[in-house]
Amino acid sequence: MTSDLIVFLVLSLVAVASALGMLFSRNAVYSALFLVLNFVTVAVFYILLGAPFIAMTQITVYAGAIMVLFLFVIMLLGAESLPPSEGLPWQKPLAILLAIILAAESVYLIFTRARSNAVVSMPEIATNSMDNLREMSAMLFNQYLLPFEVASVLLLVAMVGAIVLSKHEKVAKG
Amino acid sequence: MVPVDYYIVLSAILFAVGALGVLIRRNPLIMFMSIELMLNAGNLAFVAFASVYKSFSGQIFVFFVIAVAAAEVAVGLALIVEIFKSKKSINIDEMNSLKG
Repeated sequence: MTSDLIVFLVLSLVAVASALGMLFSRNAVYSALFLVLNFVTVAVFYILLGAPFIAMTQITVYAGAIMVLFLFVIMLLGAESLPPSEGLPWQKPLAILLAIILAAESVYLIFTRARSNAVVSMPEIATNSMDNLREMSAMLFNQYLLPFEVASVLLLVAMVGAIVLSKHEKVAKG
Repeated sequence: MVPVDYYIVLSAILFAVGALGVLIRRNPLIMFMSIELMLNAGNLAFVAFASVYKSFSGQIFVFFVIAVAAAEVAVGLALIVEIFKSKKSINIDEMNSLKG
């Protein structure tokens, strides 16, 4: 066992455990905090995979902005814990069974049909430096310039949409 | 030296956990968080392959996925707040009519 593998196994244990904790905690605030832990763990994976820029984006955008928005809405609505609904009694066991089948099948197929011999080694210091970022930004602003601009329009549309959704109520009231 | 398969398997497991969350939880906020978890699992696979093939395209795709997720969360949470305002409840089983 190399040190890389040990780091990977420990981190993946934390990632899966925090994902399950998000799923099964009763209080929605705890779920959100478990999800923050999961996002930070995935950010560490990105650093191990030699993508420091994506790791920092993950922490600032996901663990920072998006989860703060989630916590804000949870506390605003007082939706920490909803009363258990009757719903369909057989839905939960069936869903767990189907999710286990999905995970088992995908793991089986990855290890049998899509097996690759490629390995990921920890990045050298050289690949981790500014060269990495410079190369990536050159690609982003040349080859992927159009998607980048479309993404900015998408964010603008989402912002306008969110404002319109919450402004409508005010107009109706006054 | 970690085989890339391990990363892909981890990504598949996280995706299955996210799908399970959408199926078993009745709180729309937690279903939303599960969707974020599934997007994140996809991102992990993207970055793992980008690292294997020494290409930045995978990382740039992850960048766009994060931007789309941020837009999705902004609109989705605004919708949930609006539904709460009109129904006084956000139980997913009660959201069964198009007209508020």
